[in-house]
Amino acid sequence: MSVAHETHDDHGHHVELPFWRKYVFSTDHKVIGIQYAVTALFFLLFGFTLMMMMRWQLAYPGQPMPLIGTFFSEANMPGGIMVPEFYNQLGAMHGTIMVFLGVVPLAVGGFGNYVLPLQVGAPDMSFPKLNMASYWVFLPGGLIMLASFYAEGGAAQSGWTSYSPLSNTAPAGQTWWLIGMIFLITSSLLGSVNFIVTTIQLRVEGLSFFRLPFFTWAQFVTAFLLLLAFPPLEAAGVMQLMDRVAGSSFFLPSGLVISGQLLDVAGGGNPLLWQHLFWFLAHPEVYVLILPALGIVSEIITVNSRRPLWGYRTLVYSIISLGFLSFIVWAHHMFMTGMGTAMSNFFQTTTMIISIPSVIILTALALSLNGGSIRFPTSMLFALAFIPMFAIGGLTGLPLGLTAADLHLHDTYYVIAHFHYVVAPGTVFALLAGVYHWYPKVTGRKMNEALGKLHFWISLIGINVVFMPMFFVGMAGVSRRLYDQTQYAYGAQVQGLTAMSSWGAWFLGAAQIFFIINFFWSRKNGEKVESDNPWNATTLEWATPTPPPHGNFPEVPKVYRGPYEYSVPGAKSDFSPQHVEEG
Amino acid sequence: MDEIPYTVKPHPLSGLYSGKLGIWLFLASEVMLFGALFSSYILLRVGSDSWPVGSELLNIPLAMLNTFILIISSVTVVLGWASLKLGEHGKAKMYLWVTVLLAFGFLIVKGFEYGAKFSHHISPATNNFYATYFTMTGLHGLHIVGGIAVFVYLLTSGSKLLEENPEHYTNRIECAGLYWHFVDLVWIFLFPALYLL
Amino acid sequence: MAETAEEIREHSKVYIKILIALLALTLLTVAVSYQDFGSVYASVFVGLLIATIKGSLVACYFMHLIDEQKIIYWVLGIAVFFFTVLMAVPYLTDSNSVFNR
Repeated sequence: MSVAHETHDDHGHHVELPFWRKYVFSTDHKVIGIQYAVTALFFLLFGFTLMMMMRWQLAYPGQPMPLIGTFFSEANMPGGIMVPEFYNQLGAMHGTIMVFLGVVPLAVGGFGNYVLPLQVGAPDMSFPKLNMASYWVFLPGGLIMLASFYAEGGAAQSGWTSYSPLSNTAPAGQTWWLIGMIFLITSSLLGSVNFIVTTIQLRVEGLSFFRLPFFTWAQFVTAFLLLLAFPPLEAAGVMQLMDRVAGSSFFLPSGLVISGQLLDVAGGGNPLLWQHLFWFLAHPEVYVLILPALGIVSEIITVNSRRPLWGYRTLVYSIISLGFLSFIVWAHHMFMTGMGTAMSNFFQTTTMIISIPSVIILTALALSLNGGSIRFPTSMLFALAFIPMFAIGGLTGLPLGLTAADLHLHDTYYVIAHFHYVVAPGTVFALLAGVYHWYPKVTGRKMNEALGKLHFWISLIGINVVFMPMFFVGMAGVSRRLYDQTQYAYGAQVQGLTAMSSWGAWFLGAAQIFFIINFFWSRKNGEKVESDNPWNATTLEWATPTPPPHGNFPEVPKVYRGPYEYSVPGAKSDFSPQHVEEG
Repeated sequence: MDEIPYTVKPHPLSGLYSGKLGIWLFLASEVMLFGALFSSYILLRVGSDSWPVGSELLNIPLAMLNTFILIISSVTVVLGWASLKLGEHGKAKMYLWVTVLLAFGFLIVKGFEYGAKFSHHISPATNNFYATYFTMTGLHGLHIVGGIAVFVYLLTSGSKLLEENPEHYTNRIECAGLYWHFVDLVWIFLFPALYLL
Repeated sequence: MAETAEEIREHSKVYIKILIALLALTLLTVAVSYQDFGSVYASVFVGLLIATIKGSLVACYFMHLIDEQKIIYWVLGIAVFFFTVLMAVPYLTDSNSVFNR
């Protein structure tokens, strides 16, 4: 893709930037968005690969891994057989990489950066240099995470949740994890300031808040979540680093015995402190995972059903309350820590309440289809699938939010199934939909539809084969992060289901090859789009040249109407773009 | 059109130029950062059998001096900004350099404090009181270093903007000043929390 | 906020007055810490009260919060709310706290 890069020297003349500043250290939000997206897609693939390896051990415990088993070190896979410590590294890093290096950088750093300034009519983000900084802090953070596999003793292996005291005393990779997290959190903070200021300050004339596309609202609320929820984890990360490196005991209780040895530390620390600070971030973080997806799905559904969003105002109020409530539910991840009935009742109640705006949003998305002239490009297939998949994920969260049921389900495969349903066939499907949807704007070509549909159907089937059995494996009592469930009779009984999940995962992995091929092949060989607005959409990002040049809009647009004026009775066509004066 | 609007002129609805909104948002996140540390301090102290009394272990006169230093530096920074608004560039630079000097003074005093502790083999590993003390004052100190870096940049290579666009430059100083006042504010709470109570 | 030169000079005088107040309050806070109020809670309350007054002076006058735009009040309000939640909840869930005795 060629994104024309010009800048102005002191006299307003256009100056061609050198390659280095055009494509590497660029301050253009579109280049930064693409950098984030491509990097994140790579990390998603890497995290997925880690999981595919884990699934071998889970399906065939203690068996040498075929083909690639011998590529790994003696320490990690002697004779191709995975040792438990390596299994734990794969698990902790799979979670960390998918959440912090994959999904959020793609959803927020990628889509948010590229699309938000376009949707508000801006020439760029409010702080372009800050934006560039945020990517170049993110990348080292990610590389540190990857490099941690080579630390002595291996990568982080105490879960993505890094609970103390296990993480405190874990091998060196955990220290790298903490340092990596500090980079990632810093990058995120820089980005979130930019998103909020841009949305408030740079909307063009006529674009009031209640005329913003729902995608922009979603990114705006998400930015607040990132801004206010990440710092406590940064503080906690610093404290765990102090424990590991400076010998403090923030999270180490007195009298802790490890492998028969009393730990030689001052003690007096509190492991639950880590949990509070971690989950204070990590709960809003899961809403960071879902909100951009809701935004993407809204755009794609409206464009492809030629109908407005049902209940736009209600949706906006719902997403704002979802953001707000997400800060006061976190201890539902800690129901088993003995917090007393008053506080656990409080969190159970807020958790039940937070399901209301979620249901409202999902229902509104479904209702938006009613009476529509629905088209089914690949983007729409993924967006449509999102609705029932996210519904399954959301509904299965309810027993987890009720303390009585959580007693049995906490830390089992039921939890894994629940959150994967919301993130994998939920968010990741929405992100894939977004790639198919905005690819023509970024590159000037459409992705191949045949490959796209193949990718979709195989992924949809595969992903359900992976995760549906896990609800039952969890209800049978099999716990998370378990290297070999056949050691227990109840685990052995459901081993068949576990093996089925593994085959589903490899099948799902194979399906992504279609996407990867399509993504790269279509850049040069995809069907060229005839217009700047191939989907006949109403929002401002489709009012730019393709691809958008430096500065985005040759003339500053003005907005005359809301974002979803499709099939308006009496209008000239079935869509009325926001920036066009006559209806 | 590629100049970013509202960098210098305030936005009609928000009433702010973008940098000011940005810095306040950043400060909101800093409230959460130090809030987490204060919350940890409360939890650890409440949960401990015996927590030392700060005034017996820490150097109150030095800390009081540091409190004075920071408060005065807050005044010099805001007087520096006011001078810029009045077009008194020379006076402004003087006030801002004094701010930088005071900030260095703070760090030197802190250095003495830390040095005294280390020479007695006291460190974050000694107990959670000291762990909290070193971590909270240490992170605060890192924020001071950050502030110094920003002001030194604005007073040296960044000072070109003062000639080219004084209003833009004044806004940058205002934003840096807001950050600086926040650092002062944190110390105003840290001092009694760690040293006196 | 477009201020006239007059207003700025007036404000500068106010800054000096606030400075004196802050220095005095600092001395007060140290002096008060040597007083025995009977209970720990009382000492903490007084210490925090003085710190809050000092902090408010810095925020309202040096940071110009006293006549700032509404949007800044909203941003800070939200932050203060979540800050309070973060301060209170870990304590409330802790088995050592008064709440759970």
